[in-house]
Amino acid sequence: MMEGLDDGPDFLSEEDRAPRAVNVDLQTDATLQVDISDALSERDKVKFTVHTKSSLPNFKLNEFSVVRQHEEFIWLHDSFVENEEYAGYIIPPAPPRPDFDASREKLQKLGEGEGSMTKEEFTKMKQELEAEYLAIFKKTVAMHEVFLCRVAAHPVLRKDLNFHVFLEYNQDLSVRGKNKKEKLEDFFKNVVKSADGVLVAGVKDVDDFFEHEKTFLLEYHNRVKDASAKSDRMIRSHKNAADDINRIASSLYTLGTQDTTELCKFFLKVSELFEKTRKVESRVAADEDLKLSDLLKYYLRESQAAKDLLYRRSRSLVDYENANKALDKARSKNRDVLQAETSQQICCHKFEKISESAKQELIDFKTRRVAAFRKNLVELAELELKHAKGNLQLLQSCLGFMKTNT
Amino acid sequence: MADTDREDEELFTEPSGTQSQPASLSTEDVSANTNGPNQDALFDDDPEDLFAEATEEVSLDSPERDILLSDGPSPAITPITPPTSVIAPRIGHTHDDMFTHSSFDEIEEEEVDDSFDINISVSDPEKVGDGMNAYMAYKVTTKTSMSLFKQREFSVKRRFSDFLGLHSKLASKYLHVGYIVPPAPEKSIVGMTKVKVGKEDQSSNEFVEKRRSALERYLMRTVKHHILLKDPDVLQFLESSELPRAVSTQALSSAGLLRMVNKAADAVNKMTIKMNESDAWFEEKQQHFESLDVQLRKLHISVESLVCHRKELSVNTAQFAKSAAMLGNSEDHTALSRALSQLAEVEEKMDQLHQDQANADFYLFSELLGDYVRLLAAVKGVFDHRIKTWQKWQDSQILLQKKREAEAKLQFTNKSDKLQQAKDEIKDEIEEMEGRVQQDERDFEQISRTIRKEVGRFEKERVKDFKTSIIKYLESLVLTQQQLIKYWEAFLPEAKAIS
Repeated sequence: MMEGLDDGPDFLSEEDRAPRAVNVDLQTDATLQVDISDALSERDKVKFTVHTKSSLPNFKLNEFSVVRQHEEFIWLHDSFVENEEYAGYIIPPAPPRPDFDASREKLQKLGEGEGSMTKEEFTKMKQELEAEYLAIFKKTVAMHEVFLCRVAAHPVLRKDLNFHVFLEYNQDLSVRGKNKKEKLEDFFKNVVKSADGVLVAGVKDVDDFFEHEKTFLLEYHNRVKDASAKSDRMIRSHKNAADDINRIASSLYTLGTQDTTELCKFFLKVSELFEKTRKVESRVAADEDLKLSDLLKYYLRESQAAKDLLYRRSRSLVDYENANKALDKARSKNRDVLQAETSQQICCHKFEKISESAKQELIDFKTRRVAAFRKNLVELAELELKHAKGNLQLLQSCLGFMKTNT
Repeated sequence: MADTDREDEELFTEPSGTQSQPASLSTEDVSANTNGPNQDALFDDDPEDLFAEATEEVSLDSPERDILLSDGPSPAITPITPPTSVIAPRIGHTHDDMFTHSSFDEIEEEEVDDSFDINISVSDPEKVGDGMNAYMAYKVTTKTSMSLFKQREFSVKRRFSDFLGLHSKLASKYLHVGYIVPPAPEKSIVGMTKVKVGKEDQSSNEFVEKRRSALERYLMRTVKHHILLKDPDVLQFLESSELPRAVSTQALSSAGLLRMVNKAADAVNKMTIKMNESDAWFEEKQQHFESLDVQLRKLHISVESLVCHRKELSVNTAQFAKSAAMLGNSEDHTALSRALSQLAEVEEKMDQLHQDQANADFYLFSELLGDYVRLLAAVKGVFDHRIKTWQKWQDSQILLQKKREAEAKLQFTNKSDKLQQAKDEIKDEIEEMEGRVQQDERDFEQISRTIRKEVGRFEKERVKDFKTSIIKYLESLVLTQQQLIKYWEAFLPEAKAIS
């Protein structure tokens, strides 16, 4: 495992890519396997190559690939959300938009400041930024892939027609991003939903299971949000410290080449050491980012999706109760009874259907969550240990050399 | 006589080899007019003369020494000329022995390493007084086996201005003759005000600790210098229970202002003096120190940034730990909940670890660099003094030339009545000027010699200092990694236990 320490830009070792679902533990099913086999980063968009292997009869071929962009993933996600049939399921959260802005800005700044630093420094920083860019790129690919895998693993969603079109249709889906008007509509819809959600949340649930889940999810979601933010800040400090060590290594190198005393060898050795430990520290920050930050961010999105499910259920419960009241009223007035009865039955049926599937979904959510945390925490601990041991070895061998040579 | 005989024994039975050096040094106590070391006596290169000197010396316990030490604080302004009383005995002597002199110095250096056994610690800061007149008193403890001191272990109480006063005295005595006097820690009006006002918080505690450590390093550096160690002001500082208050060290006093004016004047002068450097060694060394200064400053900035980011990391880790604990609390799966609480505990320990590492970054690395940046300023000062000394010599030569020209002119005047008197006068003046020129030339050669030695000593110290500190720093890094491994190894089974 140690050979990875001297790699230049490659932060993500193979072990992170192979078991596809980084944050989510999913069973791989031979009947439908989806992955992102390739990705291309162009000026302001990323093109994902979605690769499908399936034995299902509805596909023309057993294996095929299409190219998709981020907007098409969003279109697919929104189509699930808007589908009444799926009201009782946790809709897999949409992958976040690929955001290379920060990285691109840094590369630009570096280009502008090229004249003010030495050639070595410039090359080093360029390598760093390119590695950062690559890491962000790999992350966005992983997140898009996870979304597709979740859909493919879901017993109902995997059968969705839009999903199949998404996977198979090898032309552009002509899905445009939402224009301003639509975005505004979405915004208002969300406002109404959250206001409504507050009202609905106030309604105490008869069912203990759902009551507990409601309280749990509300608190959990907020705490995951907080933990995710704090984890990000911690990792950023870590990266900053690693950058400082990088600069220290450069300065020590210059000192070493200029010194006239026996310190020159000493400085050069320490500079070399810090170069290596700096790489390890950067890896630690990157691994913490993957195993901790990304995990928390993902469960922030999933817990929101679970909350949305509960909301939908509460909404249908309220509708059901309203339909009951309407039926009673109709019966008492003996007017439009049949209509009221049908409407009440529809509401009842809808509510029960949602409740049933919601229960299973929430149980599955818990199982997935526990498994994902376990996997990531174990891997986090193992990586921290690996890096600490690597660092320790570097430090001790350098110390040993220096003590014998003084 | 008995006293001095005993004194001789004391000095000459030191466990190390040659005793010549201490003997020559104590001759400086003899002339009460000395404002600095008796320059020529210090570099006594003729062993016979040395012992002759010894019979005149004053015992360390003699009452004369006490009188000497009770003199008021030396003026803060650096006198360029050593007092004339010192000049007389040595005219025409030093030149011949320059070569034996340098080898003599080597012996001096080796001997110092063997007999150097002194350790100074600064501890127990305590606040004395209240409000704006309050100050911090530090305990200065000296542990030594050197016979230079009356006891083997002793302590005194000193305040910051005492340290500044000591430095001021040493600088005024030794800088202008080429000794690299370690600079005192910097003043900090903001830092001290917080302490005075009585804020017993984290930052003022850190400030006091930072200062305590800086004072300790300052004293150790000062006593490591074999000449400064034996200076009566240093000895008094370390030993005597009462010290006259050094008021001229206050930043806003008249002495302080005068210092600033002098510094500005010096800076201007330096820019206008162009020296004909006959010795490439000096130019080479100056350039070396210049580039070293640039590099050390750059490194210092990076290390300070590291300290800052590590402290940030510590704070953010602590916050994350709390957040993770909350998350663990709200997690309803028992095993996962426990694991998250354990994660929170690990992160809390890491926060402390980062804090400790940040301190190591600071005290072992950052402060070392800061000290050396300031030391290099002192080195630069010493080189500048050499240039000034050269300038003085040149000026004297010019003056002598003028007087000679005046004399020649007198030969051709017709004013016969005052002629003889004028001729005699000018003859006397010329003789005096010739003496001065010779002295100035000797001073210049002296300071050049001293600087060569000092630079050698400084570089040796620098190598030792950096090696020691950096090795200690790396050891701190090792410790951190070992702790990290311990914490994560304890956590791993907890994570695996989630089912």
